[in-house]
Amino acid sequence: MEHESLAGRIFRGVALTLILVFFMFPIAWILLMSFQTNEQILRIPPRLLFEPTLANYEALISGQLHTAAGNLEITFMRNLWNSLVLSSGAVALALLLGVPAAYAFARFKFRLGETIAFTLLSFRFAPPLLVLLPLSLYYQELGLNDTYFGIVWVYQLIALPLILWIVRGYFEDISPDIEHAYRLAGHSWREAFTRIAVPLAGPGIAAAGLLSFIFCWNNFVFALILASADKQPVTVGALAFVTASGIQYGQIAAAIVLSVTPTLLLALYAQRYLVEGLSLGAVKG
Amino acid sequence: MSMLQLLQANALVGRKARPRGRALPYLLSLPALLVCVAIIVPFVAAAVYSLQRYRLNLPYLRGFIGIQNYVDFLTDPAFWNTLRISLVYTALTVVIELLLGLGIALLLRRPTRFHNAVSIVLLLPLMTAPAIAALMWKLMTNPGFGILSYLVGLFGLTDFKWASDPSTALFTVVLVDVWVYTPFIMILLLAGLRSLPRQPFEAAALDGVPATFVFFRITLPMLAPYIITASLFRLLDSIQQFDIIYAMTQGGPGDRLMVFQVQAYLEFFQYTNVGRSAALLMILWVITNILSNIFIKNWLRLRARAHSQA
Repeated sequence: MEHESLAGRIFRGVALTLILVFFMFPIAWILLMSFQTNEQILRIPPRLLFEPTLANYEALISGQLHTAAGNLEITFMRNLWNSLVLSSGAVALALLLGVPAAYAFARFKFRLGETIAFTLLSFRFAPPLLVLLPLSLYYQELGLNDTYFGIVWVYQLIALPLILWIVRGYFEDISPDIEHAYRLAGHSWREAFTRIAVPLAGPGIAAAGLLSFIFCWNNFVFALILASADKQPVTVGALAFVTASGIQYGQIAAAIVLSVTPTLLLALYAQRYLVEGLSLGAVKG
Repeated sequence: MSMLQLLQANALVGRKARPRGRALPYLLSLPALLVCVAIIVPFVAAAVYSLQRYRLNLPYLRGFIGIQNYVDFLTDPAFWNTLRISLVYTALTVVIELLLGLGIALLLRRPTRFHNAVSIVLLLPLMTAPAIAALMWKLMTNPGFGILSYLVGLFGLTDFKWASDPSTALFTVVLVDVWVYTPFIMILLLAGLRSLPRQPFEAAALDGVPATFVFFRITLPMLAPYIITASLFRLLDSIQQFDIIYAMTQGGPGDRLMVFQVQAYLEFFQYTNVGRSAALLMILWVITNILSNIFIKNWLRLRARAHSQA
């Protein structure tokens, strides 16, 4: 391996270049488009050198799009805000519900715990619509349709399994002896949990939280079914925006850039934990 | 801390915990249990709907009809189209992503700084929302100004219509799926490759064993559990694909990309036929269960073999 032939090195170089081009080009190209006017985008052949403009972003942020056919209201900022509210709300709730449960699963062997853990895991493998479609009928009756809380609640189906399975692994790695010693010193169970177990599992909890946030943010079908325009996150909003704005390609590109930037930055930040999180820890052992 | 103290600590904890000890784990997992109920109730409801004549626009016709919804599928060409497209889409995406992901993982195997940087950068497509990724490719394949339409035009394919042409629509959505999800396989297999023990490879290098032999007889068998895990995850996601196809063509052109979940979505919202939609999803659920059982059995078998060899 260390002494690679020249042909081998060239092959490796060419292959890696092609791979990088294929996977990076779409992101780079959309980023470039977002700084172009519609006239520049429609130019054939496309040019790599152009005078960049911030007009697309200005239109999205101000919410006003001036076209030849008149003014168009853009609610894209609202979608961005909804994504932030829904994803952070879902992660906060999932941590609140999931961390104590993960602790219980790791420390106590009880049958209900296993059942819950596997029910949640098997949902990971069930078609989402199978649960969502009946749920949308229930939501209409319960008045939860199109409420932040209702959507945050279904997002638990994404966030909670992730948090339970990752954080449980971290709790299992901590020796119970430390907590026992702490309790021997006269502290209650709750103190041992909050002052010993949770801080020691901190990195795992943070990683699970970040990953859940990314997956909630990227989710499309839950909100497509349960949210109206007013509560839609960016994934659904961007699609609606494409339909509404039609030919404002620069704004569409800018909207795409704004939608993906938060998760891409978080992913780069949390990349160490991605393997574990993506496989729900399946490759760990 | 001595052994004795530890034992005392255990005893003390045990005694102190007794009054609430049994209830505590149940109390802690109660919220998670509620979420489970929130999954199971609609799931059971879907199973019941699938046995009913249930249309939202004709509520007074609602009633139990046994397995009629399922029987109707047998003679329905639309259903067989859905089944066929879903399986073809799944097979294509999983095979291409597996080969490509394995290839990339092998290229990046040595943990140099450059290789690590490449593997991190390749995560970006995977962290892009699939629905948004579909929009990105839609912009790039626009017949008017799309860069990809322009590029294939340079090669003489001036009339290449990507997702809007029935003959290339499948190719286009598979391409987007490959773009988004190949990094998933890559990152899992890379983790697997790097965790393999070194001795077999060192021994093979000392003995001058040819590289292809090493790959097929050492690397691949040792990597098999990782390959199966990665393909299982992809397989189950792929047969349930919704986001990319819905955002790209909503199942069209015509019924060219009517995979299970897209068909079920339209059945529910466009034709308001809840019973039929639920039956379709139940069939999808059964298929995913069969597929995952096959895979998990193989995974356990391979893992048992790997352990017995070690």
